[in-house]
Amino acid sequence: MTFDQILFYVFSFWFIASSLAMIFSRNAAKAVLFLILSFFSAASIWILLEAEFLAITLILVYVGAVMVLFLFVIKMLNIDKSTLRAKFTGYLPLGLLVAAIIIVEMTLVLGGNQFGLDIVTAPARHAADYSNITVLAMQLYTVYVYPFELAAVLLLIAIIASITLVQRNELNRKKQSISEQVNVQAKDRVRLVSITTPSKEDK
Amino acid sequence: MMNTFQFDTASLLLALPEIFLLSAIVVVLLLDLFLTKRFKQVTYYLTQASLLITGVLSYNLIGHPETVIFSNSFVLDDMASVFKVFMMGFSMVAMVYSRHYLTQHSLFRGEYFILVLLSILGMMVMVSGYSLLTLYLGLEILSLSLYTLIAIARKRSGAIEAALKYFVLGAIASGLLLYGMSMIYGISGSLNISDISAFASDANLGARETLIINFGLVFLVIGIAFKLGAVPFHMWVPDVYQGSPTSVTMFISTVPKIAAVAMLVRILVDGLGAMHAYWADLFMVLAVLSIALGSVVALMQTNIKRMLAYSTISHVGFIMLGFVTGVVSGYGAAVFYVFVYILISLAAFGIIILLNKEGFEADQISDFKGLSKHSPWFALMMLAVMLSMAGVPPFIGFYSKFFILQQVISAGFITLAVVAVVFAVISAYYYLQIIKSMYFEDADKDITISAPMDIQLVLSINAILILVVGIFPDFWMKLALSLF
Amino acid sequence: MVLWQSFVELVHELIPWFDGSIATILIILIKAIALVIPLMLVVAYFTYAERKVIGYMQLRIGPNRVGPKGWLQPIADALKLMTKEIIFPTKANIYLFLLAPILAIAPAIAVWAVIPFDEGIYVANLDISLLYVLAIGSIGVYGIILAGWASNSKYPLLGALRSASLLVSYEIVIGFALVTVVMIAGSVNLNDIVMAQKGGVMHWYWIPLFPMMIIFFISALVETNRAPFDVVEGESEIVGGTHVEYSGMTFAVFFLAEYANMILMAVLAVIMFFGGWHSPFEGIPVVESMFAWVPGIVWLLAKTSFFMFLYLWVRATFPRFRYDQIMRLSWKVFLPWTIVWIFVVALMTQLKIGPWF
Repeated sequence: MTFDQILFYVFSFWFIASSLAMIFSRNAAKAVLFLILSFFSAASIWILLEAEFLAITLILVYVGAVMVLFLFVIKMLNIDKSTLRAKFTGYLPLGLLVAAIIIVEMTLVLGGNQFGLDIVTAPARHAADYSNITVLAMQLYTVYVYPFELAAVLLLIAIIASITLVQRNELNRKKQSISEQVNVQAKDRVRLVSITTPSKEDK
Repeated sequence: MMNTFQFDTASLLLALPEIFLLSAIVVVLLLDLFLTKRFKQVTYYLTQASLLITGVLSYNLIGHPETVIFSNSFVLDDMASVFKVFMMGFSMVAMVYSRHYLTQHSLFRGEYFILVLLSILGMMVMVSGYSLLTLYLGLEILSLSLYTLIAIARKRSGAIEAALKYFVLGAIASGLLLYGMSMIYGISGSLNISDISAFASDANLGARETLIINFGLVFLVIGIAFKLGAVPFHMWVPDVYQGSPTSVTMFISTVPKIAAVAMLVRILVDGLGAMHAYWADLFMVLAVLSIALGSVVALMQTNIKRMLAYSTISHVGFIMLGFVTGVVSGYGAAVFYVFVYILISLAAFGIIILLNKEGFEADQISDFKGLSKHSPWFALMMLAVMLSMAGVPPFIGFYSKFFILQQVISAGFITLAVVAVVFAVISAYYYLQIIKSMYFEDADKDITISAPMDIQLVLSINAILILVVGIFPDFWMKLALSLF
Repeated sequence: MVLWQSFVELVHELIPWFDGSIATILIILIKAIALVIPLMLVVAYFTYAERKVIGYMQLRIGPNRVGPKGWLQPIADALKLMTKEIIFPTKANIYLFLLAPILAIAPAIAVWAVIPFDEGIYVANLDISLLYVLAIGSIGVYGIILAGWASNSKYPLLGALRSASLLVSYEIVIGFALVTVVMIAGSVNLNDIVMAQKGGVMHWYWIPLFPMMIIFFISALVETNRAPFDVVEGESEIVGGTHVEYSGMTFAVFFLAEYANMILMAVLAVIMFFGGWHSPFEGIPVVESMFAWVPGIVWLLAKTSFFMFLYLWVRATFPRFRYDQIMRLSWKVFLPWTIVWIFVVALMTQLKIGPWF
């Protein structure tokens, strides 16, 4: 067994184990952490496949941003997983059946008899100066530039749509005028009043 | 890295309408941020101006020989250019009607116009899409904008419900479409329409390949039928039409139909034309079901938007009939039908919007009672619209149905034509019902038309066109035929 | 470099009974240790420097009791923290409570793998090392979030919430600011970025990217939770934020991570905008040859020390920002600026201005 293979099996093991742990963990925060671990394992496998840009993007986007927001929401909501699990046993047989069917199908379609090394040769290693990001960028910005731009428009719509839908009207909006805050003078806030202290003779 | 791809200005210029529209969207979006309340109308005028210029740019490209650019993902042919010009024209009319509605219901926001422009961009992408990837992206751009447009009226519970329904069902439809696309891609090895066409029309196509193409085809047809709103994938149509703000309903029911038909033509006619025998059978079933259900269920509606939704379903059935024929003249008749349907539908919704008042939606059929006494001119126009929808000569609606049926009969589907005619007659009942309440019943509430002059003028022209084009339909029919 | 080569050969010779891969692992391990131990020492003495510098700025002496002039103070601190009891709050989630400091320190150290100290001196030469730095750096936030959540206490939770939103916001700013660097250098490899700045002070990127440099430095302060943006700890508001429930070694680990991150940000600023290991005298006729004997790593460390000093200077100078002001700074000031500057850089690239393009 070569070093690469050992690494592959290690990462695959962690990938599968953490995915399972994610599904079965009782605590929502832990589930998110296991999901992060499985993202990491997937990214590591991608690196073994010389797709380092995709691997880093997976970590940067999903682990670095998306899952942070997930945790954020979990903290805010305090999800009680036991209520979500109430019907777990009821659905279990059906779920197991579906899972079994999917596993059988995947084995038939993606298994060794279709994609084994005797049928599909292992992809050759690239030379040391192979740059995954350059190859990807070349494709994206030339051949696929039109779909790429369209995808950007799609993201723009997503931004506009989400802002449009959550924006409150003027009356309910809490707003601060920064220029007003900065320009505030002492005399606007503090009023110095000279109070004549009553002298003893007045009493 | 070897690369055969190169940019040159000449090929970029062929996408000038799209490029201009996208730039205009960005400019309007930024400008809208800085406009004070007093100048909010500027957004509306800029929107109209960008639509107009995009339309003119597309018009200039009519007659350009068919060219494929952006490494086989964008096609410019006459169909694309003509569709774009019509889309711009219809959208401008829709915007004129919308403005009145939006101000009346305090929905007038810059984002509304931006989203409309973005959805139009999506439609243009679909019309010019020459690979499954761009067609899908165009569809998503269109759909995402439409979901948001519906939900923009957040205070109406119906609108949220409609948006959610549309979103969930639309997502499922997109998923089915993608699944079909992946099948086609998997077997043909290309996303490009011309490659797929070459693959599908190969005489030596094996049984395995045919099977997988057909498998994918079923999903593609379901996805397209979902977007068109054909029975049995029509469930979203009535709820979305009724729940959305009327201006959005008007927009959804009109212009996107062009894009849906364009996508249908690109994928099924241009790409999988060789498989016509397979998808025509599916279309036949969908068409008959749509015409029947649309005509019968509409009879029981009291809400005019819901009624128009069912009427749309039956019109979609007629459009699909045109594609069943499998001949160029049949496709031409279908495209003609689409344009006619949009023209009529715009006028119908225009009148509904015209009767709107601040905080009041004239969306019940009873709201039309006694319209002839208060406003004989608009009652007359509603009469023209309704007769046209029912297919009474000399209005345009007659000719569109006539051309379709003519093609269906000459293709040998006589039973199909008879069924279509029977249900068309049934559907005439509910169109006449509206005419009855306009002319023979007394108003139970006060009808005053407070709409500004621009909408009244455009609406009048729109309704007169229904009659004029109905008298001289040849030019438009020839135009529709020349696209294939 | 020659020394290193011979060392590698030595390792290979010493262990002929291992196959190549085991030797590779060993070499990586040795490299890592050779990096981490000095790093930890620097962190320890950085805390000492902080107390001294701020002390002098506030007209105090700072630590001066342990060892000559207080030199042994960090060692004493470390011993004290190690021997203290680790207290677990009763309602805390123990596993996550212990995992949090580990998650904080691991990325803070892992990022250093790709930092080039001199031409050819690095643990790993990754083709996308800049993205690696950003990706791994963004994981550090989990330490803070989990610490806040697992403590099951209100102040840590508030601190964690603040931290999560701050870090996500400022990561975008930092990312955009670094995009301009990548645009000029034409590479996301830190080595290449430094090599592209060869040729003296005028070739460094701080001139064409001056606003980006400022933005990067300020964002780095936020990312490392430093004053004046230390709302995550915010002693006067939320007593100590995420660290409230931590004691002894668990607290020390957070501390280490924070300072390791600070040093990292300083090194990054040098690599991105100040020519990395290049001598500032390059291109100047006489002085260049006079200083030719100085190894690049010395220049890098000298420049880094300056930025580390800036951190302390800023801390001693500015009052704390309010939370919403920090958010506003990110989304309404920095983000538009970075986007505008991307266009400016694109224009400069097209016009081939200066020695940079």
